[in-house]
Amino acid sequence: MTDSILTGLNGLSSGIVYLFTQGGPNVIMLAIAAALLYLGVKKNVEPLLLVPIGFGCLLVNIPLSDLMDQGGFLRTLYDSGIANELFPLLIFVGIGAMTDFAPLLENPRILLFGAAGQVGIFVTLLLALALGFSQLDAVAIAVIGACDGPTAIYVASQYAPQLLGPISVAAYSYMALVPIIQPPIMKALTTPAERVIRMKSLKRSVSPQTKLLFPIVVTLVTGLLAPKGLPLIGTIMLGNFMRECGVVARLTKASENEIANIVTLFLGLAIGGTMEGHAFLKPTTLAIFGLGFIAICMDTVAGVVFGKIVCWMTGGKVNPLIGAAGISAYPMAARVVQTQGLRYDKKNHLLMHAAGANTGGQIGSVVAAAVMLSVLKGMGLI
Amino acid sequence: MDKWAFGLTMTIVGVGGTFLTLWVLSLVIDLLKKLFPLKDEKAE
Repeated sequence: MTDSILTGLNGLSSGIVYLFTQGGPNVIMLAIAAALLYLGVKKNVEPLLLVPIGFGCLLVNIPLSDLMDQGGFLRTLYDSGIANELFPLLIFVGIGAMTDFAPLLENPRILLFGAAGQVGIFVTLLLALALGFSQLDAVAIAVIGACDGPTAIYVASQYAPQLLGPISVAAYSYMALVPIIQPPIMKALTTPAERVIRMKSLKRSVSPQTKLLFPIVVTLVTGLLAPKGLPLIGTIMLGNFMRECGVVARLTKASENEIANIVTLFLGLAIGGTMEGHAFLKPTTLAIFGLGFIAICMDTVAGVVFGKIVCWMTGGKVNPLIGAAGISAYPMAARVVQTQGLRYDKKNHLLMHAAGANTGGQIGSVVAAAVMLSVLKGMGLI
Repeated sequence: MDKWAFGLTMTIVGVGGTFLTLWVLSLVIDLLKKLFPLKDEKAE
């Protein structure tokens, strides 16, 4: 009887014993979980993602937690929606349903800003290779530079699942930090005269038919040129087609509300579940955070430099600041450009142009990832 | 393939492919706008 009581007590104390004997990494991760929850709740930094990620991280780092073991709650979420790509793609349907591409359609050339805003991906790829990451790991890390959480998760979950936790957290953290990261770079790369260039207001020139056909055309063109990225672009455009066709309002609302909300919760928890201390606390995690930061800085640099080139080519008709909106963080990057434009000229409203570049960045980030995956496929690496 | 050959190939084809794809898309959008112009609401 005494033995069985002692054995029972042993079971109760095993978690605490583990924590004090070999649970150092878990303690650090519990502190990181607390920091993520603090940032989400108190500082309003991407709370929809950081709260579930932080709580998932907390759950998985309680010693002897079996939530990520086969059949465990977090493992079930992971297997149901991340291992098989489902969750990021469902999020994309919601993003497509929420996005108005009209500013982009008014001035289609602005799409090229969305390409310039992806250059950081490729600079980061080279840096990751230089640091010794494998080819597929380097590609997954580089996609942080897409400034697009679902794309980063999609690529990492498929080709570098062991890096999914740090890549996801880095991607969402830096997206939230765009208003802090971008303005100094924008100021450093532009002259006072360039910053106050006023751009012509956009005329309303897009018919409902064009808006309706746009998602179909984008799906066809990108699907034919970069078929490996079709799930990414196809789901965004499905959401946008539902929005524009106007006959499936219930599905559109469900995609941008209920489905997106449920999936965001599951996605965040499952990502948090990958942040178990012994697996997460490695030098590679720090390297990934450093590379992610460089990626987003380089995206901004390339976007603004491209803006300067276009400004020069058009005889000063384009404000180079809008180049910073060529990244995918939507609508944050467009708001940053608007704020910076007003800072230097209180009557200079760049928002519509920046929104066009920003929606171009959304398409550009997905296209860049799609192109990379198709090139990898062509090389026989995936 | 050596890692630098891989990196440079991905960079050149990746940047080029992204610009090319988006440029083609911009041309197609222009075409769509020409085929389906916005009708003047007053004329309708």
